[in-house]
Amino acid sequence: MKSGDEVNLVLEVKDLHVEAGGKEILKGVSFTVMKGETCVLFGPNGSGKSTLLSAIMGLTTCKVTHGEIIFNGKNITGMAVNERAKMGIGMMMQRPPNVTGVTLGDLCKAISSEDHLILKKSSEFKMKSFLERDINVGFSGGEIKRSELMQLMAQKPDFILLDEPESGVDLENISLIGRKVHELLYSKEDSKCKDRTELEYKHVSSLIITHTGQILDYTDADRAFVLMDGLIRCTGRPMDIFKDIREKGYEGCVSCRMVQTSQ
Amino acid sequence: MQDGSNESVKKSFNARPSYDHKVDIETYVVDDSQIKVDSLSKMEKNTRKTMENVGIVTDEKDRAGTIMFINNKVSYCSIRSQDGLEIMPMSEAGEKYHWLKDYCWKAVNPESDEYTKRAYHDNADGYFIHVLPGYHIKDPIQSCMMIGTKKGIQTLHNVIVIENGGYLEIITGCATGSHVNEGLHISISEIYVKDDAEVVFSMVHNWGTKTAVRPRTTCILNKNARYTNNYILLEPVGTLQSNPSCFLNGKGSSCKFNTICLAQKESDIDIGGIAILNAPNTSAEIISRNICNGGRIIARGRLVGNSNDTKAHLECKSIMIKDGGRTEAIPELEATVPNVEMTHEAAVGKIAREQIEYLMSRGLSESDAISMIVRGFLIGSINGLSENLRSKVDDAIKKTDLGN
Repeated sequence: MKSGDEVNLVLEVKDLHVEAGGKEILKGVSFTVMKGETCVLFGPNGSGKSTLLSAIMGLTTCKVTHGEIIFNGKNITGMAVNERAKMGIGMMMQRPPNVTGVTLGDLCKAISSEDHLILKKSSEFKMKSFLERDINVGFSGGEIKRSELMQLMAQKPDFILLDEPESGVDLENISLIGRKVHELLYSKEDSKCKDRTELEYKHVSSLIITHTGQILDYTDADRAFVLMDGLIRCTGRPMDIFKDIREKGYEGCVSCRMVQTSQ
Repeated sequence: MQDGSNESVKKSFNARPSYDHKVDIETYVVDDSQIKVDSLSKMEKNTRKTMENVGIVTDEKDRAGTIMFINNKVSYCSIRSQDGLEIMPMSEAGEKYHWLKDYCWKAVNPESDEYTKRAYHDNADGYFIHVLPGYHIKDPIQSCMMIGTKKGIQTLHNVIVIENGGYLEIITGCATGSHVNEGLHISISEIYVKDDAEVVFSMVHNWGTKTAVRPRTTCILNKNARYTNNYILLEPVGTLQSNPSCFLNGKGSSCKFNTICLAQKESDIDIGGIAILNAPNTSAEIISRNICNGGRIIARGRLVGNSNDTKAHLECKSIMIKDGGRTEAIPELEATVPNVEMTHEAAVGKIAREQIEYLMSRGLSESDAISMIVRGFLIGSINGLSENLRSKVDDAIKKTDLGN
C-alpha cells in the first residue's frame, strides 16, 4: 500500500550522476517533485541545471552513470526520449536546434491532437507568420521561446521542464511569455494566482530554471532547489532563496541556509 | 626516368576512370517491335501501374497530351484539344517539318560520348513537342519512356521547341516494365526556349535495380526565357549518370535545376546540373538534395559565368543515413569575366542527433522524426515543386527504411 506522498509523487530523482562531454556534471543529485507542484531550479552558470533537465528528458548529450529517475512510479532512466514524452514529460529547451526544412506548423500538426486550433494558438503566441518557417531558423530569442511554448501547448504534457523561459526575451514579450507559462501550468492565462482546484484536476507539475527570477512573477512556485557543483545544496521557498541569492550570491545563500539547517 | 616495373602502375592500365561506371552497350538487346494502343486504358494492367508510379495519369485527366515509348517505338500519342500545342514522334515530325533539322543535334553534339553517338547512329526516334508563339498551355503534358524487354536497350532522341511567349509544363516518367530489372536507357533531349517563353520539365524515374540510365539533356534559352528542371529519383537504380546543361544565351534568361535523389543500396548515381551564363542579367540556381541510404551518390553542380551582370547559386547537400554508402559533393564555379556573383554551398553528413531528439521530445518516434527531417531536407527548400511531386517524395520516404 502506497503512502499519500508516494501517490502524489510525480518525479523522484535518486543519487543521479551524469556525464556530458566526458566530464561528470551531476554528482549525486536527489530530489522529488509532487503532483501539481511548481519547482524552481537555481544555480550559477555551469552548475549542471540544463544537464539535469536534459537527463530527465532523456537527451543523449548526457549520460547517466549512476542513480535513477522515477516518473509516475516508473523507472525511466534508460527510456527513449519519445517514450518519456508519451508518458507526459515536455521540455522547453534554452537553445533548441535549427531544423531546416521542417516548419513550425508541420511539427505542431504532427504532435497536436487538435490541429484545427493551431492557427488560433499561433495568433495568441504572435507566431502566425512563423508557421511556414523552418523551426528556429533565424528566430530571435523571444521567438524561440514563443515557438517552444506553442509546441508545448500543442503537446499538452503533464510534467513540464522549462530551461530559462525568460532568457533573451525583451521586456515587451516577457509578459506574453509569462502569461503563456502560467496558462501551461495552471490552465488560465490572466491570473497570477493559481486555482488549486483546477491545478489538482490537471496535475501539471513543473521544474523551471531561472537566472533572473522574472518568471517567478508569473508562477506561484512552491519549492526551489539550488544546484551547485553538481549537487542540490539547498531547498526552500522560492522567493526566500531568490532574495538570498540576490543579496549574498550563490555561495552566501548556500552557506546561510546550511547554517540555518544545522541550527 | 620510369623503368616500367611498378606493379601498381601496371594494374592501373585496366582501371576504370574514377567517375565513369562503364556500361557495355553491345551486350544489350535491341527490340524494335512496336506495341501500339489507341488508349492508355488498353495498356496491360501492370504497365499502367508502372506508369502511374512515375506520375503518369493513365486516364489523362488534367493532361494536355501524352506520348509514350516502349523500348524504341512509340506506343501511344494523344493531344487533348489544345490549340498551340503539337506532340508527335520525331520520325513523323521530321517528315512534316523540314525545319526540324535546324534543331536536331545542334544543342547536343552527337560525338560527346558513346551513348550520344549510339543514339545518333541508331537515328533514334523520340518525341517532338512544339508550343506555338504566345500559347500558354494550361495543363501539363506527359511523356512516358519504358524499357519493356529484359536487358533491352532504349535509345531516344527528343526535341522540344517553345516558341516566343509560350509556356509548357512537361512531366516525364521513365521506368522499366514490371518484369524487367536490367536494361539500358539512353535519351537525348534538346530543348529550345525562345524569347519570353518558359518550360518546366519534371522527371520522375523508377528503374530496375540493374538498369543503366544515361539521359543527356541540353537546353538553350533565348531572351527572358525561363527553364526549370526537376529531377526526382527515389527508387533503386543500377547506374545513373545525368548532368543536364543549360545555356543562358538570351539577356534576362534564367534557369533552375532541382534534384532530389534517394541513393538506395547498390545504386550508383552520378547526377548534377550545368548552367552556362552567356548573357547579361541572366541567373541560375542549382539545388541538389540527396539521401545516401547505402548507395553511392555523386552530386555535381557547375556554374560558368561568361557574361557580366550575372548571378548564380549552387547547393549540393547530402545526408548519409546508413553505413556502407558513399557520397560526394562536387560544386564547381568558373568565371571568365569579373562582374559575376556566383556562390555555392556543399555539405555532406548525417542528421544531427540533437535534431532527431528535439522532435522525439515532442513525442514523435525516432523513425517519424528522421522521416520528417529527411522530407524537410529533400523538399523544404525547393520552391515550386508540384503537389504531385511532393507526394511522391512523401510516399518514398514512408516506405524507405531510414533507421540507423
